Amino acid sequence: MAEALDAKTPSGPLEAKWDKRRFELKLVNPANKRKFEIIVVGTGLAGASAAASLAELGYGVRVFCFQDSPRRAHSIAAQGGINAAKNYQNDGDSVWRLFYDTVKGGDFRSREANVYRLAQISSGIIDQCAAQGVPFAREYGGHLANRSFGGAQVSRTFYAQGQTGQQLLLGAYQALCRQIALGRVEMRPRAEMLDLVTVNGHAKGIVVRDLVTGKIVSYSADAVVLATGGYANVFYLSTNAKGCNVTAIYRAYKKGAFFANPCFTQIHPTCIPVTGEYQSKLTLMSESLRNDGRVWVPRVKGDKRSPHEIPEAERDYFLERKYPSFGNLAPRDIASRSAKEVCEEGKGVGKSGRGVYLDFAEAIRQVGAEGIRERYGNLFDMYAKITAENPYQTPMRIYPAAHYTMGGLWVDYHLMSNLPGLFVIGEANFSDHGANRLGASALMQGLADGYFILPYTIGDYLASTGKRKPETDHPEFKKAEEEAGGRIRKLLAVKGKRTVDSFHRQLGALMWETCGMSRNEAGLKKALQEIPVLREEFWKNVKVLGEGAQLNQALEHAGRAADFLEFAEILCHDALHRRESCGGHFRQEHQTAEGEALRDDENFCYAAAWEFQGIGRPPVLHQEPLAFEHVKLSQRSYR
Amino acid sequence: MNFRLKIWRQRSAEDRGRMAEYPVKDVSPDMSFLEMLDVLNEDLTQKGEEPLAFEHDCREGICGACSLMINGIAHGPERAATACQLHMRHFKDGDTLTVEPWRAKAFPVLRDLVVDRSALDRIVQAGGFISVNTGSAPEANGLLISKETSEKAMEAAACIGCGACVASCKNASAMLFTAAKVSHLALLPQGQPERAARVKKMIARMDEEGFGNCTNQYECEAVCPKEISVSFIARMNREYLKAQST
Repeated sequence: MAEALDAKTPSGPLEAKWDKRRFELKLVNPANKRKFEIIVVGTGLAGASAAASLAELGYGVRVFCFQDSPRRAHSIAAQGGINAAKNYQNDGDSVWRLFYDTVKGGDFRSREANVYRLAQISSGIIDQCAAQGVPFAREYGGHLANRSFGGAQVSRTFYAQGQTGQQLLLGAYQALCRQIALGRVEMRPRAEMLDLVTVNGHAKGIVVRDLVTGKIVSYSADAVVLATGGYANVFYLSTNAKGCNVTAIYRAYKKGAFFANPCFTQIHPTCIPVTGEYQSKLTLMSESLRNDGRVWVPRVKGDKRSPHEIPEAERDYFLERKYPSFGNLAPRDIASRSAKEVCEEGKGVGKSGRGVYLDFAEAIRQVGAEGIRERYGNLFDMYAKITAENPYQTPMRIYPAAHYTMGGLWVDYHLMSNLPGLFVIGEANFSDHGANRLGASALMQGLADGYFILPYTIGDYLASTGKRKPETDHPEFKKAEEEAGGRIRKLLAVKGKRTVDSFHRQLGALMWETCGMSRNEAGLKKALQEIPVLREEFWKNVKVLGEGAQLNQALEHAGRAADFLEFAEILCHDALHRRESCGGHFRQEHQTAEGEALRDDENFCYAAAWEFQGIGRPPVLHQEPLAFEHVKLSQRSYR
Repeated sequence: MNFRLKIWRQRSAEDRGRMAEYPVKDVSPDMSFLEMLDVLNEDLTQKGEEPLAFEHDCREGICGACSLMINGIAHGPERAATACQLHMRHFKDGDTLTVEPWRAKAFPVLRDLVVDRSALDRIVQAGGFISVNTGSAPEANGLLISKETSEKAMEAAACIGCGACVASCKNASAMLFTAAKVSHLALLPQGQPERAARVKKMIARMDEEGFGNCTNQYECEAVCPKEISVSFIARMNREYLKAQST
């Protein structure tokens, strides 16, 4: 085992750590800032906010995204809201309470100092976004409104209808647009990062493919920031956008960056079920629906009657039965696993048998259809649009789907990876959510990283190392360009019989079966045997038509799928090694008598950071021990 | 369900392009329009013919990437929906479906159904923002905004930047897109200091990009997936007039 990783967390009391570190950080002289160039990859909440803030400080910034516009990054799809410890509701919220809820919600697998800093920064994010013109929901008196969200007993979530992610992203995008107009940011949409370039161990640039011309081009810089999101599309079907991929962070991993806790993946319980083989993605509906909906399946397996024909006595309200005190509001992971179990018992509903009812009949009896429309009108409309069923009359059918990934590249307190000069922010890093993320916390973390943490910490790196930007004719760039070009030629040269999509679907199905909502040793070992076989077949039998020097979407997908086919192995490896259950990682061998996740703090109270050793070879484990000095380690219970 | 598809194929910006016909069979009524195109692409690939290029990403109606003219209607016949939210059950078995890219001078075709909409980004860059540096924001509740104003601003801010308004307009006008951003920011107190300069700069940019003018046909409102009202265009015109006189 390699030596323990040092997160470079500041010493001293928790409340003072960030202040202390901000004072210790070296500053770059304002006149010198413009001499430094920074590359930012990805334009979601983290990337756009970081790029705009860095440009405001005076750095030269180059930004890349694969979409046709930076405004389309997948942060746009976040519905629910953003948490902040403003205590506007006077209900006893505080920085400390947000910190506590997040550490506990993460099932004690996050870094205390990071989470505390996140809670400290949260209020400033709301101020910043409001000043940008984000149209947050308001009370009649003109003050900001809040709503409640899972995992918290206070009301601290700020929102803009059901489009909070969209509005926050447009705020950051507009800040970015302002810097583009001022000439401080050079924006390159339709450009996909294919490799990270390191020179003397420092991250000094990237190789990208222009998605319109197919040209492979190198860009060098003094530092590289990856804000490229999560990897839930390793399951093929997920709530992520079709383009979401692991390529940028996986390429960095292959260049020596450690990948931490890949097995911490989050499944969201309230998604619209799969309807057929052709299904391309899964649509999430806000889990606020569980406030009024009752979850049930028929008591007898194989019952194909319509829900109206099934009398009360023949229904199993399984969440209420198993968790009498939390009932339908059991946390995401527990609600998801319970649905999976009843479907495996043959009680699932809908054509596929992979669904459970979410029934509003009782709530409608209590508050009327109008009352329900006021609360969930847009969600009911969305459901009706997709399924052609009227949820006011027929219970909704829901099923869990892969949604978010807590794992990502390992970063220290400065959000810098183990490769100097490589910073990783937002969902792409492993950071602050531990083994399970609470609702409305992803937006908070992405913006905290981008607006208020990275702009300071990156300065310390630049001031300490000085200007070292190499030219792009450096041999390391040439090597990376040749590799990237060679891989594209190789993909086009296979000329096999199967489409990229068929391989990606097969990988996704395998991962969902063996490494999805619950996992066990036999299943993970099976996956670790089958993934390399599938990968080998991919490289012998994939069919990618067209050329490299043109807009070629099948080729783009092929490159991403090829990386998922390698990355999936690391994910399973991590899941196999972590012989405990925590948060989104549920090992069937490790559960309490009541079927709850059973942590093993004795042996697994650490972040697992993996180092690449070659394709198909087991990675080397580096541990960052996690110390809980302020929140007492305890077993979650929702009965 | 079975359909006959007539689809625009164009290899590159330089290529002339042509309509091509493809049959699609055994389509499930529960498929989205884009999933039906996925199936077509799988078939084309199996036959050795290059798949169709079309923009898509979130597939839940919020990213604004999808951009198909279906039977002459931007995003197809379903109201208040993007093409990814349009399901095949809205068509009749045996129908012929025509699929074209957004057509506008300011949106050059890159390939097949993919067009370059970066002109919309440049309109925002011209002034569609509030100039506030990170860190200099005042306490959020220090500025009270009525619920009504905030909701009105949200109605305008809901724009997803898909460009359907431009595609459906006989003048290829981007007035609804531009008006939505101008209105969103002009309605809010935070947007006041730059109010006059913003509308002038954004409209100037809109004209430079080659978008046409508004002749009150309201086609844009009819196809807007977020149902953004043309009353925002009237608001922008007022803003513009006021800005000219200041």
